[in-house]
Amino acid sequence: MKVTTAEVERIAGLAKLAFSQAEKEQFTAEFNRMLDYVGKLDELDLEGVEPATHPLHSDAPLREDVVTPSLSREEALGNAPAAHDGFFSVPKVIGGEEG
Amino acid sequence: MNGTGANSHSNPGLVSAPFEVVIGLEVHIQLQTRSKIFCGCSVQFGAEANSQVCPVCLGLPGALPVLNEKVLASAARLALATGCRINPVSLFARKNYFYPDLPKGYQISQFDQPFASDGGMTVTSEGDAQRAIRIRRIHLEDDAGRSIHAEAFVAEDETLLDLNRCGVPLLELVTEPDLRSPAEAADFMQRLRQLVRYLGISSGNMEEGSLRCDANISLRPAGSDGLGVKTELKNMNSFRHVERALAFEIARQGALLAAGGRIEQQTLLWDPARGMAEPMRSKEEAHDYRYFPEPDLMPVAISGEWVEELRRQMPELPEARKARYEREFGLPAYDAGLLTGDPGVADYFERLAARIEDKKLASNWVMGEVMRASNARGCSVLELKMTPEHLAVLLDSLSRGRIHQQAARRIFAEGLENGLSPAEAIEREAGAQIHDTDQLRMVVREALTSHPDETEAWLGGKDKLAGFFTGVILQSLQGRADPRAIMALLQEERKALLEKRG
Repeated sequence: MKVTTAEVERIAGLAKLAFSQAEKEQFTAEFNRMLDYVGKLDELDLEGVEPATHPLHSDAPLREDVVTPSLSREEALGNAPAAHDGFFSVPKVIGGEEG
Repeated sequence: MNGTGANSHSNPGLVSAPFEVVIGLEVHIQLQTRSKIFCGCSVQFGAEANSQVCPVCLGLPGALPVLNEKVLASAARLALATGCRINPVSLFARKNYFYPDLPKGYQISQFDQPFASDGGMTVTSEGDAQRAIRIRRIHLEDDAGRSIHAEAFVAEDETLLDLNRCGVPLLELVTEPDLRSPAEAADFMQRLRQLVRYLGISSGNMEEGSLRCDANISLRPAGSDGLGVKTELKNMNSFRHVERALAFEIARQGALLAAGGRIEQQTLLWDPARGMAEPMRSKEEAHDYRYFPEPDLMPVAISGEWVEELRRQMPELPEARKARYEREFGLPAYDAGLLTGDPGVADYFERLAARIEDKKLASNWVMGEVMRASNARGCSVLELKMTPEHLAVLLDSLSRGRIHQQAARRIFAEGLENGLSPAEAIEREAGAQIHDTDQLRMVVREALTSHPDETEAWLGGKDKLAGFFTGVILQSLQGRADPRAIMALLQEERKALLEKRG
């Protein structure tokens, strides 16, 4: 499957990014090169091989349900472009929650 | 039973429409842990905004999540209780979307390899029929933060964010579309709340958002197996709202289909104040969450031994407990259902029942005085100063006739305040009883003369009125007499009056 410029536009839209026409064309070519590269794997017979999601074979480490110190409010809000009354402030969000 | 009456019963407006209702639920259960799912921040409710956040839950660069083992155990308990298969390996996935209350830009959830699959629960359908509802999956995920729009300190052009809720542990439970009426959906939610409370994994409080429910709903021609176009209902934060919102949406879809219209797939928000559901304002484009395996979290491997260990530690579940109450204590199904509805009430009852012969008397008191007292105080029955052990002493005196019902209620009320053993109060009340027959006879006669109509009816053969008079007399004596003595005196008086008339 070849990636089209329309596909790049959709992916850019989902990532909330805007690109010029030249950039879109550049990404289209780059995406296709990446897919061709990974597509090399299709030459292998992978019948019965489980997909590997992680490079390591180990169980997930777990932590005990114990409270550890959080950041101070000042630290938490320190890098926020806008904050007041202890809250992060963002441009007004209209509509319901997603997800 | 399968949905045959769902339309006509739940929706009077749809009587003629030959549609079957199809409902599936997605339920979010907030777990009762101390710390968040992937970091050590506290989940304590009511803390100052943004005071329980750290690089992990804020999604700061380089921070790495580590799974809370209690979350895993809670998920396993729910899976076992609902007959789900716990998958030997499950995988975390990133669900990508942009929203300000989600600072990471993705929710850590599970997608194609959930924690547990293929279980079921029972709901009560019409006519008390029990129906099996299949559970498709249970998976783990983190919660998002809270957006604040409508407060005095929020400016016109901004939204404020409290990210304390980011990373609070959730289980999502998804049912198959097996529910056939709003009442069944509400019953499912109530049973699920009961279950999570028994398991001790969540408060199950819908109003506070510890139990949240979205519903997928569609109609199809009765008898058909296909699925109609569905809508998704959100924002139903009580059992009553679940029922009302679903009934509203069934009526809306039914009217539209009956008029030859088509259902549009969309998400609707229930507005409890206006009693209607309206489409959410959202962007045109369909969601594309681009799920992919979470690289920062290793697959979760579950050992059979660990599951067996948890299985051994499972508490008795609501239905088994209810059945046992009917069998072991000889209680009616109604009592058994009410007493086992909440694990705290059931524990209270069992401590009481272990010390008292008359289980029905114990049941009546727990369902009445005890639950009323806990409701009035907004606390668990186990927190009442009147302990089941003290109540057992009290009820023992009551059943042996040493004190009367009214006296027992007085002592109960005192015990709720002072937490003392009722022994002394029982002595006092028993001592205050009027044993003098002449004095009691006066009161009996007075009751008869002040209720001439009832007295006539009683003499005329309406024997049940003896109970009425006993009540009147005890009332006037504030319960300070043995009802059996009063009964005996009433019969003597009746005989005398009838003889006088010849």
